[in-house]
Amino acid sequence: MSETKVTTKTKKFGNFTSVALFFLLIALFLFPPLLDSYYLNLLIVIVYGIYLAQCWNIMSGLAGQFSFGHATFFGLGAYTSSLLFTKAGLTPWLGMLTGGAVAAVMGLFIGFLAFRYRLKGHYFALATLAFAEIFRVLALNWRFMGGAMGILIPLGDQPAYFQFKETIYFYYIILIMALFITFLVYRLGRSKLGLYLVAIRENEEAAEALGVNSFRYKLAAVSLSAFLTALGGTFYAQLYSYIDPELTFGSNVSVNILTPAIIGGVGTVWGPVVGSLVLTPISEFTRGALSSGISMIVYGLIIIAVIIYLPEGIVGFIQKIWRRRAILRQKANPAETVPGEIQKGGI
Amino acid sequence: MDVNAIFQAFTDGLLMGGVYALIAVGLTLIFGVMQIVNFAHGALMMLGMYITYWIFTLLGVNPYLSLIASIGALFIIGFTLQRFLLDPILQAPQHNQLLLTLGIMLVLENIALVLWSPDFRAIKVDWLEQGILMGSVVVNKPRLLAFVFTLLITAALYYILKRTQLGRAIQATSQEREGASLVGINVRRINGIAFGIGAACAGAAGSLVMPFFFVSPGVGSVFLLRAFVVAILGGLGNFGGALVGGLIIGLAESLSALFLPGSLKEMVVYMLFVGILLVRPTGLFGEGAKQ
Repeated sequence: MSETKVTTKTKKFGNFTSVALFFLLIALFLFPPLLDSYYLNLLIVIVYGIYLAQCWNIMSGLAGQFSFGHATFFGLGAYTSSLLFTKAGLTPWLGMLTGGAVAAVMGLFIGFLAFRYRLKGHYFALATLAFAEIFRVLALNWRFMGGAMGILIPLGDQPAYFQFKETIYFYYIILIMALFITFLVYRLGRSKLGLYLVAIRENEEAAEALGVNSFRYKLAAVSLSAFLTALGGTFYAQLYSYIDPELTFGSNVSVNILTPAIIGGVGTVWGPVVGSLVLTPISEFTRGALSSGISMIVYGLIIIAVIIYLPEGIVGFIQKIWRRRAILRQKANPAETVPGEIQKGGI
Repeated sequence: MDVNAIFQAFTDGLLMGGVYALIAVGLTLIFGVMQIVNFAHGALMMLGMYITYWIFTLLGVNPYLSLIASIGALFIIGFTLQRFLLDPILQAPQHNQLLLTLGIMLVLENIALVLWSPDFRAIKVDWLEQGILMGSVVVNKPRLLAFVFTLLITAALYYILKRTQLGRAIQATSQEREGASLVGINVRRINGIAFGIGAACAGAAGSLVMPFFFVSPGVGSVFLLRAFVVAILGGLGNFGGALVGGLIIGLAESLSALFLPGSLKEMVVYMLFVGILLVRPTGLFGEGAKQ
């Protein structure tokens, strides 16, 4: 949205949004302790879904490098912190950062290879998938990593070791992580780096011609996304106290990370938020009400329907309607300015 | 290292590679015509396996006769899927196409789960039990038959693609969609037929592995990734390449199993995959679609 075109009306609207966001924020912190454990867990899964989808969004939405292997980074985070904790007694708080660093380095490695050899589109996606599979098979066969049995994290309630008696603390942690990353994506979309990334996504040759070092910025996006995804992996390990190769490096993990982002709207700030808010409850409620097979059929059908009928995702669809209404309003009252196109170019 | 073991692994790998090739041929055909990477391919193969399983278990029909049923059924399923689900998103961004085929996979696998439970099932065909001894190598009969049928089916497909009007229309569509449409080819119909043929290949492969493999709703993923590797190796969209790629992957897998413990042989396949993607993303023969 171009800043110069803000009219009085949109400014008022902007004020309203920030007030609403402020109250929403307060509610997000004060309300959940009142929830019973079922709904609290649901909320955790929703916010966790937002966080991971947002991580994916940085690399694949903003920078347009479509990853089908985010499980690589997720699993590296989960395994690094869990191995350091169970084998060396290092607190997962530090293990989390170590895992992030390991994943970021792996991201740089994968990105370097892929971009150096100019992998794009389907080929890039399949390469990321192959890397995740390599790690899955490695974790499955390497006894040091626990093999097929996985790693059981000893139970405890020491906050210094990222373990809590009350689930609510896990909620606050993932909430802060999700708020942070959503704000980050929002800022990124308005920063120079974000604009470079969008330029690269839309037309790499043109961006290069204008002096944008696409190789460097794509690498930055991949390693940032990898680092943050790995933090989610550690969170998962600490929340459930158990990881195995399939739960962390499996292709299902990659699919679960990217689905809310695509359903919500790729490359938008609110896409991952809306996507997880819509999809997670549907998947949890249908699982409760129907047998697991039928609930997955329903889930799959919803995904298919959204892709066919809302190809730009839920948020993309809403933005389109807003814009159309703004144009209609302008026709009725030519003095008003239409806010700039949101989808194309910006985020 | 025992020389016989190497010969044995070589034979097994070659025969299995033929099946991989058949799965990948369908994948590569779909990609060639529509530029869609079909993640539902493994699930389609799973349907073919169940068709053969039930026809054999309930009616006692020769599993190789049920090939006709699975090819026919999967062609119709593929054509229908293309017409109603894939046709609307042919121009959509890649991530949408990918998620859509993933959604189809999810639905198909879970329909199988609801209908037939998650049990692992296998069939036991008496006349296929005995292996054939050739020199020092034991040739597993169902694997040999799968290989032979694969060659026959691929040859038939090759004939259709190269020699018939339909095949030329498919080729024209894959090379230049708008041009094909201009010269009067019904591109929409061709897309449907191509997807149907691709699905039928997956179904045939399913029927062919059923006599020596188990089936369960999620079995498709075992083959799906290998099929991707094979298709990329041969060059996405390259028909003959998929055949050679299948044999290479089959061999690489069974030979590396000689030296590596557990399922590490899969790692060799994936590393080969990444290597090929990086060095020759258009496939070994350089004729694959460029991005």
